[in-house]
Amino acid sequence: MKQSSAAGRLATLRLLAHRFAFLMLAASAFALMMLGKADIVLVEQTRVLVVDALAPMLEAMARPAATVARVTSGVHELANLRAENARLREENARLMRWQTVARRLEAETMVLHQQLNVVPDPDPAFVTARVIGDLGSAFGHSMLLAAGSRDGVRKGQAVMSGEALVGHIAEVGVRSSRLLLITDINARIPVVIESTRTRAILTGDNSARPRLNYIVGNPAISVGDRVVTSSSGAAFPPGLPVGVVVSVGEGGYRVEPFARRHQLEFVSIVDYGLGGILPFERAPPDRRRRGREE
Amino acid sequence: MKPSVWVRMDTWVRHLIPATATIFLLLLTVVPTRLTVFADIAPMLPLMGVYYWAIYRPDLLPAWLAFAIGLLGDIVGGTPLGANALVLLLVQGTAAAQRRFFLGKSFAVTWWAFGLLAAGAIALDWLLVTLIVGRVVDPAPVLFEYLMTLCCFPLLTWVLARTQMAFLLDV
Repeated sequence: MKQSSAAGRLATLRLLAHRFAFLMLAASAFALMMLGKADIVLVEQTRVLVVDALAPMLEAMARPAATVARVTSGVHELANLRAENARLREENARLMRWQTVARRLEAETMVLHQQLNVVPDPDPAFVTARVIGDLGSAFGHSMLLAAGSRDGVRKGQAVMSGEALVGHIAEVGVRSSRLLLITDINARIPVVIESTRTRAILTGDNSARPRLNYIVGNPAISVGDRVVTSSSGAAFPPGLPVGVVVSVGEGGYRVEPFARRHQLEFVSIVDYGLGGILPFERAPPDRRRRGREE
Repeated sequence: MKPSVWVRMDTWVRHLIPATATIFLLLLTVVPTRLTVFADIAPMLPLMGVYYWAIYRPDLLPAWLAFAIGLLGDIVGGTPLGANALVLLLVQGTAAAQRRFFLGKSFAVTWWAFGLLAAGAIALDWLLVTLIVGRVVDPAPVLFEYLMTLCCFPLLTWVLARTQMAFLLDV
């Protein structure tokens, strides 16, 4: 009798300990949310370290996936060969006309540059990296790349696929880095409408089509306008193609990015020697430091 | 008689399988499939793993492991730290507490209960991310992600059940 009551008490105690541990875990989850919100360097370093450790495994898993994707897209292409051919022929004709225009403009620009003694834009240095992780989720749009600080990747650099802007580098580890896509809820890109030179901020919201906010200048934006990066904030070099305006209705101005997310296998991380979009790595402004001394 | 070292080691390795399988599911959601459907939204595979093991082997995937897997998901996925961890912890807690209800029930009941639990989990995730980011996350992809998760459940349960039969039948 005595023994069984002791066992019962032990079981109760164990249950209590179990509940307590559960509550502690829940509390630490909340504590972590607070820590993450405070943007503590330690939190970011931990994230980077863990992703770095996982990078070789992710890379190994990404390769067979790429092969499978290549086979499926091959089958898909074969099925659409005729339609694709017709489309390309039409596009080719249109591009030929553009080529004539571009040649004439190129000659004209060269003459003007010579007359005005224009300093040419510096050629950017770039690193090409494999996409090893694609975080498809309704809560964040980012990718993991198989290149890090040892390859010369730095925080804030622009990431491009072909000619189009894909996003920027948000976190850098030794051998991996995180690319924040322009569609992510945390992405803010200073842009300009190519034809009207209207400035705006392209704001991601985790949907496929980011929105134009804080529009300055001529507000006559219409469907089909090309959106390119602007030099505001010295974050990105001006003129990188971003996307095209697809809707101007109730939901605000929406932009369809040129970069096709599901087609990205390799991306280029471009270094234009600019500060980048994330000013965290720079020292705090002088004013604030002086204020603290007083 | 005490079992030999090899037998114990074999049991030990077998006991690691639920956690390993769930972490593998987590990494699987991250692999760039480059399929149009999965590019923006992937099903929440780790959620299913945690749910399955919480019902059938809660001793091998305890609350702290669910928490750790959720945290790993937050780190790899770039979502606010702690959000996924809390969601998976609560899913494990709820499923493990109600597991007597599931044992011996038909698959449809398990699926239905998963639907309810996953709806709660994804709604909580949405709420947490919205609060932390400070802006309303578009609910349409969230709903789509939920439906996709629900559709993948039978297939994944089958795979996990086969895994359990193969490795964990008598240990």
